[in-house]
Amino acid sequence: MRRLRSLLTDRLALGLLVLAALVLGMPALKPLFAAAFPALDRPLYEADGFLALTLDHLALAGGASLIAVLLGGAAGIAVTRPFGREFRGILDAVAAMGQTFPPVAVLAVSVPVLGFGPAPALIALTLYGLLPIVENTVAGLESVPEPVREAARGMGMGPGALLWRVELPLAAPVILAGVRTAAVVNLGTAAIASTVGAKTLGLPIIVGLNGSNPAYVIQGAVIVAALAVVLDAGFDRLAARLTRWRPNAV
Amino acid sequence: MISFEGVTKRFGAWTAVDNLSLTVAAGEFRVLIGPSGSGKSTVLRMMNRLIAPDAGTIRVEGEDIARLKPETLRRRMGYVIQSVGLFPHWTVERNIAAVPDLLGWPRARVRDRVTELLTLLNLDPERYRGAYPHELSGGQQQRVGVARALAAEPHILLMDEPFSALDPITRGALQAEMAAIHTATGTTIVFVTHDMDEALALASRIAILDRGRLVQSGTPLDILTDPADDRVRDLVGREEWGLKRLAVETVAERTRPGETAPGDPLAAGASLRQALAAMVARGTDRLPVADGQGRPMGALHLADLLRGPDRS
Amino acid sequence: MTRLRPIHNRVALLLAAMTVAAALALPFLGFAPNRLLSGKAIALGAVPGAGWSGAALLPVALLLAVPFLRPGRAVNALYVGAGVLAAAGLVWLAGQHAALLAAVASPAARTSFGAGFWVMEAAALLAVLDGVRRLGLGPAGRVAVGVLAAALIGGQFAAGHLDQLSIMREYANQRDVFAGAVLRHAALVAAALPPTLLIGVPLGIAAQRSAAVGRLVFPVLNVVQTIPSIALFGLLLAPLSALAAAFPGLGIGGVGPVPAVIALTLYSLLPIARNTAAGLAGVPEPVREAARGIGMTPRQIFWRVEAPLALPVFLAGLRITLVQAVGLAAVAALIGAGGLGAIMFQGLFANALDLVLLGAVPVILLAVAADAALKLASALALSRLGRTAA
Repeated sequence: MRRLRSLLTDRLALGLLVLAALVLGMPALKPLFAAAFPALDRPLYEADGFLALTLDHLALAGGASLIAVLLGGAAGIAVTRPFGREFRGILDAVAAMGQTFPPVAVLAVSVPVLGFGPAPALIALTLYGLLPIVENTVAGLESVPEPVREAARGMGMGPGALLWRVELPLAAPVILAGVRTAAVVNLGTAAIASTVGAKTLGLPIIVGLNGSNPAYVIQGAVIVAALAVVLDAGFDRLAARLTRWRPNAV
Repeated sequence: MISFEGVTKRFGAWTAVDNLSLTVAAGEFRVLIGPSGSGKSTVLRMMNRLIAPDAGTIRVEGEDIARLKPETLRRRMGYVIQSVGLFPHWTVERNIAAVPDLLGWPRARVRDRVTELLTLLNLDPERYRGAYPHELSGGQQQRVGVARALAAEPHILLMDEPFSALDPITRGALQAEMAAIHTATGTTIVFVTHDMDEALALASRIAILDRGRLVQSGTPLDILTDPADDRVRDLVGREEWGLKRLAVETVAERTRPGETAPGDPLAAGASLRQALAAMVARGTDRLPVADGQGRPMGALHLADLLRGPDRS
Repeated sequence: MTRLRPIHNRVALLLAAMTVAAALALPFLGFAPNRLLSGKAIALGAVPGAGWSGAALLPVALLLAVPFLRPGRAVNALYVGAGVLAAAGLVWLAGQHAALLAAVASPAARTSFGAGFWVMEAAALLAVLDGVRRLGLGPAGRVAVGVLAAALIGGQFAAGHLDQLSIMREYANQRDVFAGAVLRHAALVAAALPPTLLIGVPLGIAAQRSAAVGRLVFPVLNVVQTIPSIALFGLLLAPLSALAAAFPGLGIGGVGPVPAVIALTLYSLLPIARNTAAGLAGVPEPVREAARGIGMTPRQIFWRVEAPLALPVFLAGLRITLVQAVGLAAVAALIGAGGLGAIMFQGLFANALDLVLLGAVPVILLAVAADAALKLASALALSRLGRTAA
């Protein structure tokens, strides 16, 4: 009983449960959609399995976010070291300006340059995801107090130990906020990427909108929304874990 | 233990340290003092190569430190700074264990050492071991900072104005603890301050710096009784000179053995300045003196305070 | 120190390397027999280089030299100038070559920018950014450089020099549709603004005054913000369709501009409410106390003290809202709201890449313009408070 209650108040566990039920159990809801939309011949999207669409969606959004974390993190670290300081200003400017570009427009513009399909979509999402990650990596590393750095050097930490043991853990909450922004944007843009030839959960939505089939639209939309809620809860959990040492940690 | 030979450091057009030669002997509590801009912090930070000199040689335990890897050198020395610089994401225990961890000490030894140090610095180990820095007061944070510097049993402890940001009561307590730690461990301590009272209270030898040059080097008593020039006299404080002079000597040194006097006894380890304060407060010119165990040692007379230092 | 270093500007060196690599390895232009087929590549080397065409590349050559010049004001000014002229010159060269090709090819043939053009153009613009920073130009100088670059490139559009490039051919075909789409796009963004302000600002004020309201409101708005736009449009479809079926006279439907404006409003509430609350929370307590102390009523305190002090943070929220709404309005084309997104998606669905650019590039320009305008407004609001923009 207590287990059940803790499950119901745990947004992440509950979200995962609902997500799994929707992804795996959507076919079981066919009668419901048939009843709600009696005018439709096909009340359930069956051209692709929802599990396969979800996995492809996650591969695109997650893959792009992961590559962006590695590249963006490396770039953010590089421009805060002495050897890369010269590139700091231009990187800041690009990151700030690039983030005003709407992600959907960036995705669209990538098609004439890179072509249709999942790979160009992955590149577009990665490039866009880089911006908040770079920006926050730099901001996070800069927020490390100078006395902490001096104490670390004074006790004999080399540049590597300083970075891995002190600077990155202290910057982690800020970096994580950037990763979160990138992941949330990528999750949404990946849905729209079904218009540029990537099979994702956006596909039932687009097909439904073009074919006036609201049932398809709703089926795609609820799974994407559930994914978003799970992602949000997951990042909340991670952020709480990374900030336990802070004064106002919950 | 530490020697500077003709060391110079410039920052742009400004010469922070100018052809300085200085020796710190093993076991000394050496205080570097001077006005701001005198180069005292620069001298300290050259000892662990946070700053590299432009000219001259610095040796630590006989070795030219320019030939050592900076990290290796620093792990052999403790380093305490005014702003403490505790790692906010680590517990007190992990902060203190930082250098032993870098040196690869076994876990059990590190844990014992943390307990020992927390006790030494009057922090209850069980209460504070798992705390994060933000949960501590400023004084407690600096206690942890000192414990962290002492963790790997360094032969040398470098302290850069460590207590300047603390309130007077906490500062006094930490000064007393540093004196006790110095006596107990025999660690060589180099301590930077701009506060002459602190220097006189702690130092076995003082080095006075001004504009990157050594003005005078000697024991607190030397500095008080034989100041090299007006700059030193200014630093010592012309008006309060007498009180400072009294502050560097203990009651035991002027006690008349065997005599008795009425009232609560003074501790033999108290300073003559404290003795004077007690006499004024109680309206008497004589006080009994007791040793550390409370046994009567003799008496101290007001007149004894007016004598010059005993040079016999 | 610099005497021993032949490279004086490593950023310029990287941009020069990008430029050379793009010039050698990537097509400068693409030439296709019609708008749907993919084109054959034309390298920069194949673009005739005599006379004025060669002169257009001179600033590019200057940019390549910058990394090796000893830095100073003159070199940095040259850096900025060469960057601006290179950006304009590359566009000019593309337009010139497109015109030459159009004179001999069939009317259906299309000349479009190639990947090499985009990389070189980006390198030139980044050189301008870097140079402006190194020169230490103030806001006025930066605006002047931006206006100069925009005038040099925009002037070529206006003068018809670029008419034979495929995106402009597409524009010529779609001129009326395009103008309508831009207006529709702006109208969608503008229509969401009144409800956003009417709901978001009071929510923000309430959240700042009562922590309980904040705890209730912000998590909900946060989750809304997290849900992808396309999914929110989908989720609104069912209830709005039902509403439309129940009350046919309302003019509401599951698709069209109305659900788009509703969704835009929902997304805009978070930045507006959050920044309203943050702006008010940033008003120093002693200032409030002083206002009370001289006998201001709560209403006077709000309008004369709190609101002006909170304005810069509020404007930052408005900027986020508007930039975000420009992008969301493009997605709203999928539910039939129209706007530039409609042109963009039409191009994607029909594999007409020029159409995609004709829709997407103005969306980016609109977002950048909204960002710049609101940044300017924030700077003005801040300078009125006697502070400098962060």
